[in-house]
Amino acid sequence: MSSQTWSAYANGLAQKPWGLWFLQGARLVRIEVRKNLFSWRTGWVYFLAFIPAVILFIHLLFESHPRFMMSDDTVILAGIFQLYYIRLGVFFGCLGIFSRLIRGEMIERSLHFYLLSPVRREILLLAKFVAGSITALMLFVTATIACFALIYAGYGAEGRDYVFNGPGLGNLEAYVAIIVLACLGYGAVFLLLSMMFRNPTPAAMLVLGWEAINPVLPSLLQKISVASYLRHLMPVSVPGQGIFALLTVETEPVAGWVAVLGLLLLIAVVLSYSCYRIRTLEIRYSAD
Amino acid sequence: MNERSDRIIFEEVSKFYGEVLGVNRISFNVPPGVTTLVGPNGSGKTTLMNLLTGLVQPSSGRISVLGLSPSNPAEFFPLVGYCTQFDSFPAGICGYEFVLDSLMLHGMSVADAYSLTAEALDRVQLGDAAGRKIAGYSKGMRQKVRLAQAIAHHPKVLVLDEPLNGLDPMARAESLALFEELGRQGMHLLISSHILDEVDRISDRVILITGGYLVAEGNIQHVRREVRDKPMQVLVRCDHPEMLAAKMFAVNHCVEARLHADGKGVFLRTGDIDQFYTLLNEIAKDGLVKIEAVAPSDDDANAIYQYLIGSDGSAS
Repeated sequence: MSSQTWSAYANGLAQKPWGLWFLQGARLVRIEVRKNLFSWRTGWVYFLAFIPAVILFIHLLFESHPRFMMSDDTVILAGIFQLYYIRLGVFFGCLGIFSRLIRGEMIERSLHFYLLSPVRREILLLAKFVAGSITALMLFVTATIACFALIYAGYGAEGRDYVFNGPGLGNLEAYVAIIVLACLGYGAVFLLLSMMFRNPTPAAMLVLGWEAINPVLPSLLQKISVASYLRHLMPVSVPGQGIFALLTVETEPVAGWVAVLGLLLLIAVVLSYSCYRIRTLEIRYSAD
Repeated sequence: MNERSDRIIFEEVSKFYGEVLGVNRISFNVPPGVTTLVGPNGSGKTTLMNLLTGLVQPSSGRISVLGLSPSNPAEFFPLVGYCTQFDSFPAGICGYEFVLDSLMLHGMSVADAYSLTAEALDRVQLGDAAGRKIAGYSKGMRQKVRLAQAIAHHPKVLVLDEPLNGLDPMARAESLALFEELGRQGMHLLISSHILDEVDRISDRVILITGGYLVAEGNIQHVRREVRDKPMQVLVRCDHPEMLAAKMFAVNHCVEARLHADGKGVFLRTGDIDQFYTLLNEIAKDGLVKIEAVAPSDDDANAIYQYLIGSDGSAS
């Protein structure tokens, strides 16, 4: 689309209320992604996302890959997802990305520029959520695909056969879907926490504790958790042994679509409450 | 446009931060023109401006700006620009991007946004510095780029919190000329500034506030006349100032006379300005003294501030 056509399209869009919201949201997302993805402050999130891929790369370079090890490596990959990415990597990565979106700008005393623009505050919040999600997904989905590729790359033809003719690609799709849902779920929670608390980290630690004990809680309370929904979507189960038994405890079985819908509903509820909160948000930097 | 939709209206507006008073039961009705918001530090000036622009919400009362409420940003902010005194910016951007990004959020076309950005940066005379990162700007340049962002979308109401802070004398003069021009164009300008002498030259109205309370509001000359317990001071330029002073002291409403430093005028203080002008007319008609110019010398915002609030910041 040429720049003139795009300009005419944007002008037409801006004339309609929904069109204007969409245009403003899209422009906000562009500004926010540029700010989040290419900031040195996001460096440690890059580290969190790619450290397993780096370890797997070293493993690929220096370890032999006999055929009988492939099933063990498949379980290791499942363990990396369930025990590292979901519990730690995505959790803290999203904490870093999403808690900066509102609270970070309060600390830097620059949020008022957005609040003085002709953008509905709900649009501002949702655009920031989308921008945070894009940033988190670009990092963690890329890292997921890299881990997957690196773990099977050492097996040559057998590895390719497992990926393209066996359950490999299905597993990858499931992992990507889990990462997407995890980023959206934790992102929504941390965005809300960052509006509720001056320092959202202690509250995030409580969420981490809640997620850890969630499998042993009553069925109703298990529904108020991101990880509990994701657990039901894992394509490969990790056998729980020793201390890992606590993190991989089996819960009441739930169908995949129920888990996805449940998590999307949880995200919608949290974002709705965040929209309500941002309507009454005040700029009082001295108090922050 | 009816009168109410042409004005900035505060009706019994109060703001409490927990138990701390921000402003209390403030009411005013400001027509277009340049209005100076005057008060000591902590008097509630910034709270008032933040209330006007919706950055904080009133605990009670009603605010209307040209008939609109800040709770509807899509209608409100195309008409309002606010140059805050928060000296901070989004990280890592240059002045040009800062103004352009802000305009893009108005939903205008990219071409319009580019054109308005260039125009605004030109008006504040930021020059080539617009392409540099804001982190490397001087305080005066940061002030200029904030001002450019506030005026870029051609608002009808411009709120300026200490807009002259950090500017050198030349830049202050340029900014004042810009404010004066915007005021002449029928725009609302609400300016808070500590540099009263300079702002006063372009200001039509004054809002005096101290301790969160409104002390006075209105046309500067009218407010000055309302301060009846403080005699008004008038500078009369004439050929025989000593003779004029002697004539004036013959009446009991004239309480003080001081010769001008150049010896070609006299500052006279009077408790009855109407009687004073009547007598001055008679003296002029008699031809004893040749009067060249007469001008009130203490009906400015600075004098009103001193009379009503005082140097210690407490209202008298």
